[in-house]
Amino acid sequence: MIKINFDNSQPIYAQIMDGVRKALVRGDLQPGDKLPSQRDLATSLKVNPNTIQRAYRDMELIGLVETLRGQGTFIKQEDEIVESVRTEMINTMVRGFILEMKSLGCDTATIVTTVAHQLDSDYSQNNITEVDPPVEGKGDGRWRS
Amino acid sequence: MEKLTYFVKADNLAKRFPGANALDGVSFQIGQGEILGLLGPNGSGKSTLLKCIAGLLKPDRGRLEVLGRFPNRETKSQIAYLPEIDYFYRWMKVGEVLKFVSAMYGDWQWDRAKELLGFMNLSEQQGISSLSKGMRARLRLVVAMARDAKLVLLDEPLSGLDPSSRGHIVDVILSEFKSSEQTMILSTHEIGETEALFDSVLFLEKGTVRLMDRADTLREQRNLSINDLFKEVYL
Repeated sequence: MIKINFDNSQPIYAQIMDGVRKALVRGDLQPGDKLPSQRDLATSLKVNPNTIQRAYRDMELIGLVETLRGQGTFIKQEDEIVESVRTEMINTMVRGFILEMKSLGCDTATIVTTVAHQLDSDYSQNNITEVDPPVEGKGDGRWRS
Repeated sequence: MEKLTYFVKADNLAKRFPGANALDGVSFQIGQGEILGLLGPNGSGKSTLLKCIAGLLKPDRGRLEVLGRFPNRETKSQIAYLPEIDYFYRWMKVGEVLKFVSAMYGDWQWDRAKELLGFMNLSEQQGISSLSKGMRARLRLVVAMARDAKLVLLDEPLSGLDPSSRGHIVDVILSEFKSSEQTMILSTHEIGETEALFDSVLFLEKGTVRLMDRADTLREQRNLSINDLFKEVYL
């Protein structure tokens, strides 16, 4: 349910939080769903249990999950939560993209026209569709849709 | 018992061997429930530091508090120490080793020992002399993790092992570590495979502390994995 391809150059707790966000946006997790116990997640992700604890605590602080005493940790049961997480992820990604573009010397007009051009071009229409990258390590060369 | 703030507290610890300062003013602290990665090149003092904490070596100077007191017989009984080298009698069988060790420690858990043995693909009937290096390393970990020790010290638990043994050992460390009551210090050269286990890392160099911080803090500050940071620090 929560699968993460860790990049050890980034804080692990933050990657766990992102993994939960992505699972929620993709629909692998729904509002009200129970998260695995911290111990189970530590074992399955092969990560220090204190790191999982920190990720859960931070997700609670930002209002993504809630912990019910004796029952476990749940994605908050709020209709708008999926949309707000999706918006937040998109904004973060676009901000990062804009920073990269600016570091290459692009001004606002260039960024906008380049994006528009890419979206319009045949190339993107045909090739940049909604496909996930191939599953790493499986290597059968086929694309998962 | 009152709750200890620090499970291990070292202050300006020094240990000299003929011709070399193994430890030359080491200070650090580690709290309850943490896993500390003890990292550094060969000869940086990792094993000496672990032996001092285990109470097997006496520091020449400096202060060392383990579980709230200077290492003595009582702290020893609460420490599980996995040495880098084999200490099993070659003529024993695996089951005999476990009986032998269980008699030495009041916190030995037979259920867990047997479960770990199965998980490690070892059996009580096997003779020590017939075990491969990797199987003996697995047995050392079974012995260290089958106790309810407050402090677990693992000296190079992955050294020289094949990938499947290394994977098994990392799995057992994670599944058996009780973060609510235990503390662990693990020395290793296999940083890539173990760095997700660490709360904090301590880089030793020539008997001194080169760098110590929380692993995620270092990743955040430097945009590097602990493995890459290691290469940078010791370049």
